[in-house]
Amino acid sequence: MLVSLNWLKQYVDIEDQTPEELAELITKTGIEVESVEPIAEKLNDVVVGHVLSCEQHPNADKLNLCQVDVGEETLQIICGAPNIAADQKVAVAKPGAVLPGNFKIKKAKLRGVESNGMICSLQELGVDEKDVPKEFVDGIFVFQDEVEVGENAIELLNLDDIIIELGLTPNRADCLSMLGVAYEVAAILDQPFTPQEEILHPVQEKASDYISVHVEDPDLNPYYGAFIVKEVKIGPSPLWMRNRLIAAGVRPINNVVDITNYVLLEYGQPLHAFDLDRFGTDEVVVRRAKENETITTLDEQKRNLKPDHLVITNGKQPTAIAGVMGGADSEVHEGTSNILLEAAYFQPVAVRTASKDHGLRSEASTRFEKGVDPNRVVRAGMKACELLEKYANGKVLDGVVEFDQLAREPKKVEITSSHINERLGTSIPDEEIADILRRLQFGYEQKGEMFTVTVPTRRGDVELFEDMLEEVARIYGYDNLPYTLPGGASQAGGLTLHQQLKRKVKNYLQGAGLDETITYSLTNAERVSQLVSREVKKQAAAPVSLAMPMSEEHSHLRLSILPELLASLSYNVARKQTDLAYYELGTVFISEEEQVTVQPKEQLRLSGALTGNWLVHPWQQEKKAVDFFVVKGLVEGMADLLDLKLTYKQAKLPDMHPGRTAEVYLGEKVIGFIGQVHPKLQNDLDLKDTYVFDLNAEELFAHYQKEEAFQAIPKYPSISRDIALVVEEQSAAGEIAETILHAGAPLVKDVRIFDVYQGEHLEEGKKSIAFNLLYMDPNRTLKDKEVEEAHEKILTAVKEKHQAELRG
Amino acid sequence: MKDRLQELQSEALEKVKYAEDLKALQDIRVAYLGKKGPITEVLRGMGKLSKEERPVIGQLANDVRESIASAIQTKQDKLEEEALEKQLEEESIDVTLPGRPVHVGGPHLLTSIIEEIEDLFIGMGFEIKEGPEVETDYFNFEALNLPKGHPARDMQDSFYITEELLLRTHTSPVQARTMKQKDGHEAVRMICPGKVYRRDTDDATHSHQFTQVEGLVVDENIKMSDLKGVLNAFAKQMFGSERDIRLRPSFFPFTEPSVEMDISCKMCGGEGCSVCKGTGWIEILGAGMVHPNVLETAGYDPEVYSGFAFGMGPERIAMLKYGVDDIRHFYTNDIRFLKQYHKV
Repeated sequence: MLVSLNWLKQYVDIEDQTPEELAELITKTGIEVESVEPIAEKLNDVVVGHVLSCEQHPNADKLNLCQVDVGEETLQIICGAPNIAADQKVAVAKPGAVLPGNFKIKKAKLRGVESNGMICSLQELGVDEKDVPKEFVDGIFVFQDEVEVGENAIELLNLDDIIIELGLTPNRADCLSMLGVAYEVAAILDQPFTPQEEILHPVQEKASDYISVHVEDPDLNPYYGAFIVKEVKIGPSPLWMRNRLIAAGVRPINNVVDITNYVLLEYGQPLHAFDLDRFGTDEVVVRRAKENETITTLDEQKRNLKPDHLVITNGKQPTAIAGVMGGADSEVHEGTSNILLEAAYFQPVAVRTASKDHGLRSEASTRFEKGVDPNRVVRAGMKACELLEKYANGKVLDGVVEFDQLAREPKKVEITSSHINERLGTSIPDEEIADILRRLQFGYEQKGEMFTVTVPTRRGDVELFEDMLEEVARIYGYDNLPYTLPGGASQAGGLTLHQQLKRKVKNYLQGAGLDETITYSLTNAERVSQLVSREVKKQAAAPVSLAMPMSEEHSHLRLSILPELLASLSYNVARKQTDLAYYELGTVFISEEEQVTVQPKEQLRLSGALTGNWLVHPWQQEKKAVDFFVVKGLVEGMADLLDLKLTYKQAKLPDMHPGRTAEVYLGEKVIGFIGQVHPKLQNDLDLKDTYVFDLNAEELFAHYQKEEAFQAIPKYPSISRDIALVVEEQSAAGEIAETILHAGAPLVKDVRIFDVYQGEHLEEGKKSIAFNLLYMDPNRTLKDKEVEEAHEKILTAVKEKHQAELRG
Repeated sequence: MKDRLQELQSEALEKVKYAEDLKALQDIRVAYLGKKGPITEVLRGMGKLSKEERPVIGQLANDVRESIASAIQTKQDKLEEEALEKQLEEESIDVTLPGRPVHVGGPHLLTSIIEEIEDLFIGMGFEIKEGPEVETDYFNFEALNLPKGHPARDMQDSFYITEELLLRTHTSPVQARTMKQKDGHEAVRMICPGKVYRRDTDDATHSHQFTQVEGLVVDENIKMSDLKGVLNAFAKQMFGSERDIRLRPSFFPFTEPSVEMDISCKMCGGEGCSVCKGTGWIEILGAGMVHPNVLETAGYDPEVYSGFAFGMGPERIAMLKYGVDDIRHFYTNDIRFLKQYHKV
C-alpha cells in the first residue's frame, strides 16, 4: 500500500513528525514501512505557463517556437512535443530550474533560436511513466483545471509529496484504505480523526425504477447494492484526484473510472461502474457461473468460467466476474452517460478462487480476498455518487437497490487489565488501557478492571482476547515491556545421547581431515537410484517423488547421500580443486510402499566421498593418493571411537568397483558399504579415483554403549609372537585374523597384520601374511608353556579352516 | 723413586694436555694407570724400600695416580662435550621448511551456526528436538492454526508428495509434535533446528531447501516479557553484548501477538546505513505468543497455559554475521567456501 503523506495530512495532523520519524513510529507500532520516498526528486522553479503563441521553428520541422507567459515575464521556449498548442496552460521549467536526474535548465540556442526554459512532460518532472495519464505519455502535460499563470506547478502537481510504502501483513487489510491508515496513524500519534460524511443530493427518480437485484448465492454474496447515476459527462477527473491516484500508483483514466478507483483507495471498498445502457437488461442477477460459460473481460480476454466462480449477470449472460474484473460489453467508455454503480460484499473465498484461476490479481480482488469492512460498503457507494455528482455532472437517483443479508454487528471482546498484565509481564493501569482503547477508537464499557470492547468492523482481524492483547501491547509499546526470563520449574537443557553422538562423529571426521557438506535432499530420477546401500534398497519399495516438482533436477527424495556428494566433488574438480575429502550426515527417505500413503522412514546416514591426494608433502617426497585403505581406516577409527566391531566383506555392488568394494556389517546386519566408485561413473563425473563410504548412522548410534566402568590398566606383561602363514591368494586376511583370535582365546588379545607378501620364494597363487599376536592375562604373568600351547592350537585352526601353512 | 713418580706425573699430565681425542686419552690411561704401567711398576719395587719410606712413597704413588686419573677424566669430559657439540652442529636443519601437513577438515558454516544457537539455548535450559522432514498436512499446517483453504498454505508454495504429505515448510511441526508428546500438561522448553523446503526458484536470496531453528516455551504463566528477555539474551550472546533488540508487530497464523525482532545494525551502530537500509535495525527473527488455537489443538488449556515461540534462519544469520552474499553458497559445497569457515 502506497500512502501519500499529502493525502494523509487531509485526515490527521502529522506536522510534528518528519516523514522518517512517522515511518519509524508506524513500523514500531504495527505495520512495517518498507520505504519512504519523495514522489519526485527535489525540484524547483517549475511554474504554470500560458502558451500565448505557438509557431513552427524557422529552421526545424518538428520544433515549435512558443511565447509563454509565466507571470512575471514572457519566455520564448522551443518545444518539440507533438501536443503543444497555443492557449494551453503548461508546466514550465524556468532557466535555473533543476529537474530529476540533476538536469539543469539553462538558456540555450536551438537551431539558431533562443530558448529560455522547458515545457515539461510529467515524466520529465519525475512521475513514473506507468502512472502518467495516457493522453500525456507521449507529450507535455497540459493543465485541464483552472490554474493561475505563474503558480507553483510542483505543488499543483503534488510533486512535493512523500510516499510511504507499507508492507502489510495479511491481518491488517484495514490499512488497504486511506481511512484505515488514518485511524492507525491517529491512534499512534494520539490525534483526533473522524472521517467525513457522504453528502448526496439525489433527484426524485428512483433507482429501483431502473434496476432490480437478485442474489442466488447469499453465502458468497451477502450484500449487493446498485446505485444509478444518470447523465454523467465523461471527462478528466479533477487535478487533486489525479494527483492522489498517481501518488498511490494508479494511472488516471477518466472521471468515472478515477472516482471508483479513488473510493477504493480511500475506503478500501472496490466498486464497479457498468454502462447502464449497455448492461443489456434491467436486472442484476448474482450467481455461480455455469459450466462452460464464458465472458470477455475488459482486457479483451475471453475467459472460461466454472461454478466456483461467482458472476454478475444481467439475467442472461455474465457481465462481470464478481470482485475480479468487469465484462467488456458493459464497460464505461467515452460515450457513456448512465451508470449502474455496484457496491457489494463478496466473500473472500469466492474472489480468491476466481482471481487465482484467471491469474487476475487487481487492487479490487486483493481487498475482497482479505475481507472488506461490511459497514463501509454502502458508504463507499454513496461517496462515489457524491463525487460523480460533483465531478461528472451526474444525477444520482434516489435510493440504492439492494440485496442485504450482511452481518454488520461489531464483535465484542472482554478483557481485564489483570489478564492483560499477566500475559505481557507489565503493570499497565486501567486508565491507560482505557486511553489506548480511546486512541484506537474502539468502543468499550468498563466495570472495574473489566473492559467489554466493541471492535469496529474495519478491524476484522480482532476477535480474541489475544488480538486485544496485541492491540494494547503495540500501542503501549513493545519497547516498554520489561525483560524477564521464564519462571516455573527449571529444566536441565542438554543434548540427547543421539545428538551427542552426531557431534562426536562429526568432530572425529573433521579432525581426521574431512569437510562437512550439506547437499540437497531432492535429487533427480537418475541419481536417486545410484549408490544405494543394499539394506536401504531392500526396504524401499520405490523412491519417493514429488507430486509437482519445480524441476526435474529436484524431483525425488534421496535414498543415498553419495550421488549428491559426488556431484559436489565434480563441481570442485571442474574448478581445479582436486584434493577433496567430504562427508555428510543427513537423512534419506525410505518408503516401503510403491504408492506413498504414509510418511516414509527417515534414516540418518553418514556418507563420505574422497578423491585426489590424501597427503601431499612435496619436499620430503611424500604423496599419498586416497585409496581403499584410507577410507577403511577412517571407518575403522570411527568404529573404535564408538567401540563397535564392524566387519567387511568383499561385495559387488552397482556403480562400485567390483574388486574394491566391501559391505560393512555390524554383527550379521549389513549397515553400508565402502569402496571405489566404478571407473565408468567416475568418468561420467570427470573424477579421478574416488572412494566412498556410506553407513547407517542410526545403527551405529543404537549399538553405542557409553563405557562407564573403569577398566584396570594391565599390571602383568604381555607376550608378543609373530607368525607368517602361507595361504591361497584369494584368502581373506581379515577372516584368518578372526580365526586366530577365536582359536587363541582367551589369551590372545590382539592380532595385527604387519606384512603381506607375494612373489619370489613363494609358490604361484599363494601369498604370505605375517601376523603379530599379543598374549596376555590381566591377572598373572603368562608362562611360556601356556603360550606355546595356545600357539599350537592356533596353527591347527588356521590349517583346518584356511589351509594355512607356517612359512618356513 | 720419588723423583721417578714425579717425573711420571708431569710426563702423563703433559700428554693428557695434548691428547686430541678419546682414543689418545684411553691410550694414556692404559699407559700410565694400567696394570702394566710405570706406576704399578714403581709400586712393585716398594719392597726394597725401608719401613719408614714405604708409606711415604705409597702415599705419593696414590696421589700421582689420582691426579693423572682426574686429569684424564676432566679432559675426557671436555672432549665428549666437544664431540657432542660437533654432532649436534652437523644435525642442524632448516627450520623454515614447511612441516608435514596435518589435514584438518571442518564443519559446514550452517552447522556451526546451528550448534552455536543450540548451545546458547541449552544454557537457558532448552532441549533440542527433531522431527521428520516429510510431514503430514496436519502437523505442518492444521495443528498450527492454518486450516485447509487458508491462503498461507497455497499448493504453489509447498512440495507436496500426496494431498496429505509434504516436505515441511518450516520446523514448526516439531513444536506441535512436542506439545502433543507432552500431553497437554507438561511444560515445554525446546528448540528444533532442521531442514525445511519451499517451492522457490534458487537464486541469490532464495533456496528451495534451507534451515530453520524454532523455539517454543509453554508453561503456566509465560509472559510476553519472557519472550523479550530470552530473545535479548540470545541476541546479545549471538551478535555481541553491544547490540540492542526491538520487537515490532507482525503476523503469523500460529502466534498472537506476533512480532518481528530486529537487532541494532552492527555497521552503523543504529545510526542508519546502507546495510540496514537507513533504519538502524536489521530483522533477525519472527516470534510471538503461542496462539490459543495452537495450544488447544495440542491439548493445552489456553486459560491455564501460555507460551511463546520464535523462529530464525541460520542462513540469514550467517549472511549477516559473515557477509555471505548468496544463499546458494551454502549448498554448492565449493571447498573454497567451506574452508573459509573452519575457524568459526
